[in-house]
Amino acid sequence: MTQQFYVSPEQLMKDRADFARKGIARGRSVVVISCRDGIALVAENPSPSLHKIGEIYDKIAFAAVGKYNEFESLRQAGVRYADVRGYSYDREDVTARGLASVYAQSLGAVFTAEQKPFEVELVVAEVGPSPEADHLYRLTFDGSIADEHGFIVMGGQADKVSEAVEAGWQGELDFAGAIRLALAGLVADKETTTLPASAVEVAVLDRGSESSRGTRRAFRRLEDADIVALLAEEN
Amino acid sequence: MQETTANQVAARATSSFTEHLQRERPGLLPFGLSPFQQLPAAAHAAAPVQVPHGTTIVALSYAGGVLMAGDRRATMGNVIASRHIEKVFPADQYSVLGIAGTAGIALDITRLFQVELEHYEKIEGTLLSLDGKANRLGAMIRGNLPMAMQGLAVVPLFAGFDRPAGVGRLFSYDVTGGRYEELEHHSVGSGSMFARGALKKLWRPNLSEQDAVAVAVEALYDAADDDSATGGPDPVRQLWPVVYVVSRTGAFRVPDRDLAAVANAIIESRAVAQREA
Repeated sequence: MTQQFYVSPEQLMKDRADFARKGIARGRSVVVISCRDGIALVAENPSPSLHKIGEIYDKIAFAAVGKYNEFESLRQAGVRYADVRGYSYDREDVTARGLASVYAQSLGAVFTAEQKPFEVELVVAEVGPSPEADHLYRLTFDGSIADEHGFIVMGGQADKVSEAVEAGWQGELDFAGAIRLALAGLVADKETTTLPASAVEVAVLDRGSESSRGTRRAFRRLEDADIVALLAEEN
Repeated sequence: MQETTANQVAARATSSFTEHLQRERPGLLPFGLSPFQQLPAAAHAAAPVQVPHGTTIVALSYAGGVLMAGDRRATMGNVIASRHIEKVFPADQYSVLGIAGTAGIALDITRLFQVELEHYEKIEGTLLSLDGKANRLGAMIRGNLPMAMQGLAVVPLFAGFDRPAGVGRLFSYDVTGGRYEELEHHSVGSGSMFARGALKKLWRPNLSEQDAVAVAVEALYDAADDDSATGGPDPVRQLWPVVYVVSRTGAFRVPDRDLAAVANAIIESRAVAQREA
């Protein structure tokens, strides 16, 4: 019988973390910004149908970077978790905190027990009645969870993008301002100065969806035409 | 077929919330393994369960969409169980359903159907087709068949806007889940035969939305006039039918003040006419 080589747990975890980090750093970035009107989620994504941003529940959205099949399975699991919970208790009992902790547990379990960790980083965002009540949870491949305030940047070149967003962020931004700021951040690591609407995916969690659109569901995906119109306002 | 990992993954991939519940949490379904099914049938024959029933839903098409309206009464035997019950609900952005029959089960099936459509939309990133929605509702009603056999039947009416075709469409069901597309107008519930008579006289092609609301309220008024289980407009408590219109722009509830005006106009015209029937 061949003896397995001994690898220390520290080394094993470090190797896995490096592997996951490399996978994530290859992808394009996602910016999630909490602002006056709600939460804006902006991703660099040339595909019109394979989304990095998705609706989970009434007030909760999901954004991810990394391997598509891995975060897509997590998104679907999140939708199932939220729908079962909302159906068996009540819609208001579905919270981003509960969902984020389920994600943290699954990511943590995969990181320690499986052959290969998930190469993903996630944001679970919940819009509240006021900007102070917004929740932005950042989840990383090893199951660690952080409760952030204001904005989150994930993916490749996150540092540069994050710097650019931080310079312009303020709580009083409206959606147009927040989306413009995110787009400006996303080009911070590139030669070009603008991204075409077809190269980005934008969605918002509308703080006033009940009053403005008469629906509990705050999530709204913006079409290319909407994005072009928002960007045109600036000029 | 060989049991590969890919096969297993594909087999488990479902966009249906009901299928997910059946697999993971069957106890949460309104039908399925319920205490009723485990009771011997004879026990029910001896003492049928007394539960609130909802009645009379009317639906009709008009120029540019469909409309559905329900009265507000629930009865338990000869007792009025509720004067405020709502029996017409938005199913999703472009469809509504109204439910007659055992109120408790009907409300749960409605809730399940709403989550089913929303779940599909979120998982797939697109809305289910109107025929797809109508078929899913049929499957749910069929799931309730064992309960229906024991007297706890639910009969829905489903209306929605078919966006690719650009028309409003109307579906009725039987307790076995059979789905029938209806033209022009339809009604379900104990007062339906009276409402149907009224609809036949009042409905005409290309009604405007306002006229359609008036026709639906008048049909319910006639049903309430002759059926004790259907509640009429209640000016004392300021209770009016629940009316939804569905058109290209989506499903919207007609506000109470509009319904109050329509209902009061009907009551007034009948009072002026001074007729017995």
